[in-house]
Amino acid sequence: MRPLAGLVAGSLFGLGLALSGMLDPVRVLGFLDVAGPWDPSLAFVLGGAVAVSTIGWRYARRRGRPALAERFDLPTAVRIDARLLMGAALFGIGWGLVGLCPGPAIAGLVLGHPQTLLFTAAMIAGMALFRLVPAARARPSA
Amino acid sequence: MAWPTYLQSLAGGALIGAAAALFLLLNGRIAGISGILGRLLGPRSAETATNIWFVIGLLVGPLLFLGLTGRLPDSHVTAAPAVLIAGGLLVGFGTRLGSGCTSGHGVCGLARLSRRSFAAVGVFMTTAVAVVYLTHHLLPGVSP
Repeated sequence: MRPLAGLVAGSLFGLGLALSGMLDPVRVLGFLDVAGPWDPSLAFVLGGAVAVSTIGWRYARRRGRPALAERFDLPTAVRIDARLLMGAALFGIGWGLVGLCPGPAIAGLVLGHPQTLLFTAAMIAGMALFRLVPAARARPSA
Repeated sequence: MAWPTYLQSLAGGALIGAAAALFLLLNGRIAGISGILGRLLGPRSAETATNIWFVIGLLVGPLLFLGLTGRLPDSHVTAAPAVLIAGGLLVGFGTRLGSGCTSGHGVCGLARLSRRSFAAVGVFMTTAVAVVYLTHHLLPGVSP
């Protein structure tokens, strides 16, 4: 059952990305370009997403366990360390250069643009590269 | 569609949030795309099949949009090939090093009021804004 739940959640996620306009890097870069003709779309997307996600999180906390698994499997790290900040900074640089983050990079593949394929292949290579760095793998990540 | 743009963005965001809530309430996990992808590159686990189906779902999503609206969503990826490769490597490596991306830290982490996620979102938003300022206003021609 969990794989089916994964398919449903993934499809809903991908539909949301398509409807929100976030598959288009021009819209994302328009939000990030605060000195240009600012496009507030991403703020509405993130606002709507966090609002509904918060309801889910509050409800989950009142339930003892998820419907299809033994227990909740959630990130346990609490310290804001150099690794977190460095990783977020590198991600932000790449995101700002192209306007694609991992969700739209994958979902956008079905649109058939070779540029998206090139970006997504490089992104997966970057993730694979991370596995080769022994210090980076020292701690399990969320 | 005749909807105003901001309403489409808000509704799309709500669907993304609903997907994250569903994944949490059913499977007990964070719907973080970089984490799901990164784990698929590692050894097989009990969640490998779920992760594969989640990724397939991400690809199905835009096709559902096509079925509902009769058109594919817009996407203009205009960066030069070298920039696409550099950006992809940075996004892939950075999201794994920082344990999350816009979904894991943004959609899920902010809802959980995770201090780490607030810090990560603050850092990646700030660096992305700085990079766009640099490429669009100081060094035009590097990026779209």
